[in-house]
Amino acid sequence: MTNVVKRFPGVVALGGVDLDVQPGEVHCLLGQNGAGKSTLIKVLAGVHEPNEGTIEWAGEAVTLHHPQAAMDLGVATMYQELDLVEGLPVAENIFLGHEPTRFGFSQRIAARREAARLLARLGHPEISPAAEVGTLSAASCQIVSMARALSRDAQLIIMDEPSAVLDAGEVAQLFRVIREVTDQGVAVVYISHRLEEIREIGDRVTVLKDGKTVATGLDAKSTPTQELIRLMTGRSIEYVFPPKAEVVVDAEPVLRVEGLSRAGEFGSVSFDVRPGEVVGLAGLVGSGRSEVVETIFGARKATSGTVTVDGTVVRGGSVAAAVAAGIGLCPEERKSQALVLGASLASNITLATLPRFSRGGLLDGSAEVEAAEELLESLDVRPRGVHRESRTLSGGNQQKVVLARWLLRGCKVLLLDEPTRGVDVGARSEIYALIRRLTDEGVAVVVVSSEIPEVLGLSNRVLVLADRTVRHEGPADELDEHAVLDIILKGDAA
Amino acid sequence: MSADVTKADQAGESAAGRAVGDTTATPSGPPVGGAAPRRDGGLAGFLSGPAGRNAGLVLALVLLVVVGIITAGDRFASPENALTILRLGSVIGVVSVGMTFVISGGGIDLSVGAIVALSSVWATTVATQTMAANIHWIVMVIAALVVGAVCGLVNGVLIAYGRMAPFIATLAMLAAARGLAEIIAKRRTQIIRDRGFIEFFGGSVLGIPVLVIMFAIVAVVGWVLLNRTTFGRRTLAIGGNPEAARLAGIRVQRQTMYLYILLGVACGIAAVMIMARTTTGTSTHGTLYELDAIAAVVIGGTLLSGGRGTIVGTVLGVLIFTTLTNVFTLNNLDTSTQAVAKGAIIVAAVLLQQRVSRTRSG
Repeated sequence: MTNVVKRFPGVVALGGVDLDVQPGEVHCLLGQNGAGKSTLIKVLAGVHEPNEGTIEWAGEAVTLHHPQAAMDLGVATMYQELDLVEGLPVAENIFLGHEPTRFGFSQRIAARREAARLLARLGHPEISPAAEVGTLSAASCQIVSMARALSRDAQLIIMDEPSAVLDAGEVAQLFRVIREVTDQGVAVVYISHRLEEIREIGDRVTVLKDGKTVATGLDAKSTPTQELIRLMTGRSIEYVFPPKAEVVVDAEPVLRVEGLSRAGEFGSVSFDVRPGEVVGLAGLVGSGRSEVVETIFGARKATSGTVTVDGTVVRGGSVAAAVAAGIGLCPEERKSQALVLGASLASNITLATLPRFSRGGLLDGSAEVEAAEELLESLDVRPRGVHRESRTLSGGNQQKVVLARWLLRGCKVLLLDEPTRGVDVGARSEIYALIRRLTDEGVAVVVVSSEIPEVLGLSNRVLVLADRTVRHEGPADELDEHAVLDIILKGDAA
Repeated sequence: MSADVTKADQAGESAAGRAVGDTTATPSGPPVGGAAPRRDGGLAGFLSGPAGRNAGLVLALVLLVVVGIITAGDRFASPENALTILRLGSVIGVVSVGMTFVISGGGIDLSVGAIVALSSVWATTVATQTMAANIHWIVMVIAALVVGAVCGLVNGVLIAYGRMAPFIATLAMLAAARGLAEIIAKRRTQIIRDRGFIEFFGGSVLGIPVLVIMFAIVAVVGWVLLNRTTFGRRTLAIGGNPEAARLAGIRVQRQTMYLYILLGVACGIAAVMIMARTTTGTSTHGTLYELDAIAAVVIGGTLLSGGRGTIVGTVLGVLIFTTLTNVFTLNNLDTSTQAVAKGAIIVAAVLLQQRVSRTRSG
């Protein structure tokens, strides 16, 4: 595709993008959030029509009015936001829109058999084609989504951050499948924020910035990381973690978790967090990390164990009680768990603090807007505008809005579940700096992240979870990524 | 692509241009979601904004009035007829204002008509009327409000704590409440004997019927409650994203229950009003109110999926339907034709609304 332009009202989402993809290659798209990656793939998938520019398919100019037109050409897309129908079984999701039929009747048995074959090929024969998608984990849903793309016999598969919800083993499996399909001449457009993945799987890299192609056809293996980051940001930094705060060792812990368990999810988790300390929970997807923080927050009811804030036991299983005790949570799924997408930034920010802006139940709108504006400014949320709907923001900026909610409330304990998932490099370091600022104010922070360097870089102490139990607890300085992986993989409690 | 102007932009503009302070001036960082919101939205863009939607409803109302004047002349365009329209609309209007809260909060209530019937019957039984005669007619009012509130409470508990689908729980209430009303009234019409009650609610203040004043008060209180209080904000939050509201510390179940109680009380008020208008209480009062109320709320612009609600829109919706009925009646057209016209209006309004929400997600 050459010189593709896509304008939305008020926004030029793509302002001249060139991309050429060869058969059998893995072409990686790099760019910060909002650089236009998602818009670009939607143009390729026929969801949006470009205002200018041309798309050529095997040398012929094509126009994609409709997703079906793209699919007919052989373009399959795996969206970042999973697009599965929760109430339908796996097999029917995989063949949604192109069900095997005979005489107009759907061939359910054939569909199930074929689905099982695709899932086995993806290394997940344990996912039953008859299982309802709603009952599957996020990672399994990703696998189903991938099976759907494969089921179309596509010539070009677009993958928008497919690894975001996968653990290391599943990513390896994904890469094996990618190699398999590219060997058959299928082209893959691969989007990821993880440079190391691009190094491993990619052939060529195109970098987008502000809706434009800034570099194309770079060698994925040999282009220096610094160079890629410079192209994406105009800066040359990788993850820069602020220096860690000194924690007073004998200070009374703010948060004390004792013997917290939830049947079937995790067992006997105990740890303390002192004022100004960051405790990281490291572990693979499915190790129970998110479940632990959600239980601390009362969003899940503990089977046993207690959570204590400043010496007072927090009533279990009640979010309201946890919030009243001074705990805040930035949940894993921003869009579905944290934001009221159709509501303004201001009302999202004040959602946990409404009583402060009310007198006798009446809201003081101007005070609310003022407080929200102040926070948006200090967190550098773009585009600004307190009345803007939160759905119009990019991932990193949405995360800042969620953080602003708890900053406004002034928490004693802040639980951050995947604070930088889907957040670009620039916003990442801003969020890191913000966490540091909070600890300077004496807030106790618990960080959950799939990215081990992030956990190690932010935390004073780290708990390593595997198989739903704590395998290791110790200072972050004494660990590196390999040591953590060792603990997880070997079950070594050293 | 003028129709693509997003609601956010419109909201920004209507809020004194405050949201326009975008970041074009600052050079660094990703200018993600957009430079300055475009202002050349055109008519379609304007109509998709909140102010524009209300303007669209006003336009529809004006058109109806013009049709009324042309077809029925002075019989339509008289102060008396205007008050008739308002009086007719006030009962369903009160229910619709309450319904706006439930729908904004992500729910639905099919039992409103039945609750009105049960409240009117309970408030006019021999026992209640005897007590009212001995004490004060306010007893009848209290009886109606309490019955409404209790029905709402039952709905709310079943939905919020019993985790029943609102559609099913209130469908059950629809059947049960009207059935109970028939049992209590033995399917007879109960005449109200208390002159004080009828004179108070049937009277006028400064030429404006008390019923209309009651509707106005309910609408104003409803507007303040939805737009200017924590209660309203929580309602929109649980309607927009219940999980996010829960994780922000809002007691979603309790708030949900409150919404149904609120609507129950509104039904109690409506029962008092219909009792005053007809001087009776019967189990046939409020028939099909659920459909009229939901229709008025939806054409008013409240999202049926929750998260956005507008009292002004609801009031305009009620006035449109009532004026329509009035125009048809003055022209001696039957109710069946009215029903067809109503259906057409609902479809047109919902199509417009879908177009708006498509624009927002695109």
